[in-house]
Amino acid sequence: MKYQSQSVAKYYFFAALALFAIQVLGGLLAGWIYVSPNTLSELLPFNIVRMIHTNALIVWLLLGFFGAAYYLVPEEAERELFSTKLAYIQLIILLVGTLGAVGSYLVGIHGGREFLEQPLWVKFGILVAAVIFLVNISLTALAGRKTAITNILLMGLWLLCLLWVFAFINPDNLSLDKMYWWMVVHLWVEATWELVMAATLGFLMLKLTGVDREVIEKWLYVIVALALFSGILGTGHHFYWIGTPGYWQWVGSIFSTLEVIPFFAMMTFAFVMVWKGRRNHPNKAALLWSLGSSTVAFFGAGVWGFLHTLHGVNYYTHGTQITAAHGHLAFYGAYVALNLAMFTYAMPQLRKRAPYNQVLNMASFWLMTGGMAFMTFTLTFAGTIQTHMQRILGEYYMDVQDQLDLFYIMRFGSGVAVVLGAILFIQSLVMVRRELIQPGPIVAQAGE
Amino acid sequence: MSDILTKSRARNVFYGGSIFFVVVFVALTAQSHRFIVKTSTAGAPITEEVRLGKEVWERNSCINCHTLHGEGAYFAPEVGNVMTRWGVADDPEGAFDILKGWMEAQPSGIEGRRQMPHFEITDEEMRGLAEFLRWADQTNTQNWPPNDAG
Ligand code: HEM
Ligand code: HEM
Ligand SMILES: [Fe+2]
Repeated sequence: MKYQSQSVAKYYFFAALALFAIQVLGGLLAGWIYVSPNTLSELLPFNIVRMIHTNALIVWLLLGFFGAAYYLVPEEAERELFSTKLAYIQLIILLVGTLGAVGSYLVGIHGGREFLEQPLWVKFGILVAAVIFLVNISLTALAGRKTAITNILLMGLWLLCLLWVFAFINPDNLSLDKMYWWMVVHLWVEATWELVMAATLGFLMLKLTGVDREVIEKWLYVIVALALFSGILGTGHHFYWIGTPGYWQWVGSIFSTLEVIPFFAMMTFAFVMVWKGRRNHPNKAALLWSLGSSTVAFFGAGVWGFLHTLHGVNYYTHGTQITAAHGHLAFYGAYVALNLAMFTYAMPQLRKRAPYNQVLNMASFWLMTGGMAFMTFTLTFAGTIQTHMQRILGEYYMDVQDQLDLFYIMRFGSGVAVVLGAILFIQSLVMVRRELIQPGPIVAQAGE
Repeated sequence: MSDILTKSRARNVFYGGSIFFVVVFVALTAQSHRFIVKTSTAGAPITEEVRLGKEVWERNSCINCHTLHGEGAYFAPEVGNVMTRWGVADDPEGAFDILKGWMEAQPSGIEGRRQMPHFEITDEEMRGLAEFLRWADQTNTQNWPPNDAG
């Protein structure tokens, strides 16, 4: 850590980790309700649990992005943050809003548009926090050294905050409501967040591999160009069956298929940089998370996205467990693992310690990633059977679900692995102070 | 390749191309907006009841168990075509009666079966909800879902 003010990132990361714990525990409970449906059914029904699960996810990922920006921008701009005070105020607003939202869900006060259920005052709070953030981070960047990494990061963050405006637009016409809803949901994860992902990954590669900045930044522009060129019109893959015109079936199929390319490029980028890099950075766990993130993102978003994105396929799979399978692996690979990579890289520096407990941290990577992969497989099998029985044979939803118990039990099991992995991860960053195993000496290989 | 594709060229392609795709997307969105209002949802008017029904649907967060036009949660059946499934898509009174009967019978309490919660809903709101679901059912969704099972 080179600049004092970077330390605000630490509090964002702690807050994010706390919400991460709530998110996976909520998921585990939701998964348990699938297995044993009478659990808490009167006290805490499934819809409330699910809102806590998905909202906690989104908020902690955003907290992670904000924290990452507060860590990364001073270092790139080579100056202190414009104001640490503003950064703390922003964090307090977000935490009050989050606690307020969870509290009001528990007493049954919420909106009813998926992922955007926050009460109006919380939505405004998020808006205010976003404005504070943009001012703070932009003034920092403008006053200092300008790099492609900050440029792309800021562009992603500005655009994602702007898109938040659509959270306030809720037309009476359901089809219009749905169309504008996707301007937040799809244009976040498949456009603006990808810019944040690329910039963060670029920063990590720069630090961990020591590859030339010029090379990294050129790659970055190519990646984000591919992301936006495909991702914007790719929104069409959600406009097949909601009352929007038929031509979206072609526009959506073609452009969303192209969306696989930027995810492939990000994975290739990460591996090529490590291959070319000469620096032997001691933080191996951060490297594992970075490579893991780009790889799992390629499978979750790219492969599992393509699986159901062509309109001829989506006609049958739309809104089945296939969607849930894809949603989980995509979010995990692209945004959860990326955030955890950044935390793993930055936390030792923020807490002024050598990278420590990489063994625990790396174990948590395999446990969590293994768990999410297994969850994705079981849901994909469940979704395939569901698609066949319900959409092709025309059997009723509830009758079909009765046949899927085995998969839901296995999903719960994989959820347990994920929760254990998450606990291990948090422990390795927050609590443990000593390295478990001494690293061996670095031996120069022939040809180096 | 590195000579042709310099960093500043890559950046300019990124900016220029992105603006191009945003413009195309905004134009298609505007056209789709008109199509929804004038064509695909024009089969039935958005009455006060439909409006109220949408509000009730949202207030109770039904979307976090059910799908509606295939979007939402996957814990409970599709409701975009439930009025067709019940055979009351063109029968406002029948729709109200059957929906009220259904909602009041929840939760079923059957052991091992997924439970739908009990909701406090007045008759006026229930009528709105029925009208909202009937309204949604008549949307031109390009023949989705494939069958009445939803
Ligand atoms: C990291 C990037 C991505 C994330 C986080 C993500 C996440 C999600 C989520 C959560 C949903 C469900 C939305 C809902 O509740 O209705 C969804 C739907 C969908 N995604 Fe993605 N996705 C990503 C990338 C992609 C890509 C690259 C493709 C295509 C190649 C794709 C194709 C689809 C399709 C077709 C649906 C609609 C599924 C349906 O009809 O039910 N996604 N995505
Ligand atoms: C303990 C592990 C987890 C379990 C058991 C679990 C379980 C669930 C369940 C039961 C649902 C509701 C599906 C439905 O509507 O029927 C759900 C939704 C969702 N979960 Fe998880 N989850 C877990 C971890 C995660 C993680 C780590 C992420 C992020 C990577 C995540 C992201 C999501 C998303 C985006 C949805 C909404 C999906 C959609 O609308 O398509 N979950 N989860
Ligand atoms: Fe999408």
